[in-house]
Amino acid sequence: MTDATTPAIRLTGLRKSFGAVDAVAGVDLEIADGEFFSMLGPSGSGKTTVLRMIAGFELPTAGSVFLSGQDVTRLAPFERDVNTVFQDYALFPHMTVQENVEYGLKVRGVARAARRAQAQEALASVRLEGYGRRKPSAMSGGQRQRVALARALVNRPRVLLLDEPLGALDRKLREQMQVELKQIQRDVGITFVFVTHDQDEALTMSDRVAVFESGRIAQVGTPEEVYERPASPFVAGFVGTSNVFTGDTARSLFARDGVFSIRPEKIDISSDGAPGVVAEVVYAGPVTRYVVDLDAGSRAVVVSQNRHNGSPLVARGDRVHLSWHDEHVVEIPPVAKETADA
Amino acid sequence: MTSLGSYLHRHPRLRLAGLLSAPLLWLVVAYLGALAVLLVSAFWTVNGFTGDVVREFSLANFRTILTEEVYRNVTLRSLGVAASVTVICVVLAVPMAFFMAKVSRFKNTLVIAILTPLWASYLVKAYAWRILLANDGPMDSVFGGPGYGIGATILVLSYMWLPYMILPIHAGLERLPDSLLEASADLGARGGRTFRSVVLPVLLPSIFAGSIFTFSLSLGDYITVQIVGGKTQLIGNLVYANIGAANNLPFAAAIATIPVLIMVVYLLAVRRSGALEEL
Repeated sequence: MTDATTPAIRLTGLRKSFGAVDAVAGVDLEIADGEFFSMLGPSGSGKTTVLRMIAGFELPTAGSVFLSGQDVTRLAPFERDVNTVFQDYALFPHMTVQENVEYGLKVRGVARAARRAQAQEALASVRLEGYGRRKPSAMSGGQRQRVALARALVNRPRVLLLDEPLGALDRKLREQMQVELKQIQRDVGITFVFVTHDQDEALTMSDRVAVFESGRIAQVGTPEEVYERPASPFVAGFVGTSNVFTGDTARSLFARDGVFSIRPEKIDISSDGAPGVVAEVVYAGPVTRYVVDLDAGSRAVVVSQNRHNGSPLVARGDRVHLSWHDEHVVEIPPVAKETADA
Repeated sequence: MTSLGSYLHRHPRLRLAGLLSAPLLWLVVAYLGALAVLLVSAFWTVNGFTGDVVREFSLANFRTILTEEVYRNVTLRSLGVAASVTVICVVLAVPMAFFMAKVSRFKNTLVIAILTPLWASYLVKAYAWRILLANDGPMDSVFGGPGYGIGATILVLSYMWLPYMILPIHAGLERLPDSLLEASADLGARGGRTFRSVVLPVLLPSIFAGSIFTFSLSLGDYITVQIVGGKTQLIGNLVYANIGAANNLPFAAAIATIPVLIMVVYLLAVRRSGALEEL
């Protein structure tokens, strides 16, 4: 049976091939009970396929899926104690909002009065009380998204799977929903597995993040670990922007061989340090981005807070020096593959 | 000097007139005109001695249709045949269309396979069935029936009109996102439940759209009935008999208004389901 140490989800050697293509090429992962876990990666990196194998929509080519210690690899979706919030919400168009939310309870044979009450409670928890009689087509994108969330949560699943649920919302709404999702997750205490290609989303909401690259997990860790200590050039480039230095540039900057990464906001424009020429100045409201061509032979991006009014520190074509603290230089374990340039 | 194209560009009404005048003329003259003539001539009669059409308003034809039992029987029989054909087509078409749209990897090939029989002559297909259904023919030797008659009529009409049911249902299923089926399974529903609670309700307008074809085509048919129906008579046969043997065109027109009326009622009924948007 389950106890506190049994992970909510355990994936071992999980693979999925579509014809000759390995969408998922061997994933091992444990997700703890009650965790807000994000799977982050570019499209085609296999994160959604992993989610669909946890939900039961795809059968793995190899490997196993365990939910609370139970092997569910070959079980149908309706036999698994997980619920999904779909990217397109997948609300039933012929049912009202209330009927949509009640569907899971109705299928499991919950009595009418109980299911009505639970559905109303679920709708209230996503701040949609009073919308029960509407059809999904009469609701906005953000409202539909919340209906989909209520429809999944009302079943009190052990695990909630969310497949890019905020992808279709505009920016303001998305940021608001990020906060709300995190709040709801804390309130209900259910394990959330959240698939996204948006690194901001993954970093702001998650307890832990898995970064996917071509069907494999490149790194798993807390948002801080993944951001501050990227395990590969790919992670450094995908999670936030980063300056990755290799080869001769690395040798002349750090006096040794290797791959090094420094975040743009950790670099200062100062009176001494690595010399270079400002190639571009991009004003972006709260910050200004400077692109500097280093004499050492590579390009570096520097982000500086606009704490004072007035013109930028330096202009295009100026000669500058870049400095940084040694502890902000991350040495990335060498990978035989391509390097992600900043 | 401006070209015709740029002149028309500045005069959108003229453009619209050029585009629509031919189809409108066709619709009014050929289509509505024929229907109007049908309706008007239904109120004429035929002189019993000379066989000439008497162009005077009379309700005699409709009085005959409403009072003589044979017309009520034929109407009810035709309705029964049309309804049976429609039900059979729905039962066959839903799983076939589902397989085509959601399961098979050879979607386009299957759609072509469904369309191909429509290229063959209606008469040839009907006669092919006459051979299949003949005494000591293939159907008779394998199943011991059904022989020529009303059962054979329903069978052959179902075969004839099945594509017209499959295509709208297939189109409806293509528009049904897979995620709806997954969401239903995700929420605990097995296949049968998902079918009843999600697929069928979403598909209902498409099914009604298909039924408009199967129902009206069956209701007006007289050739299949003649070829495989044995002694069975449907509305179409009565119309045909009055045009030919009886030489009573006004009475034929009066009978022909029965299926028109039935279809008007049927269309009004299915309009509420949203089926007309599916056509």
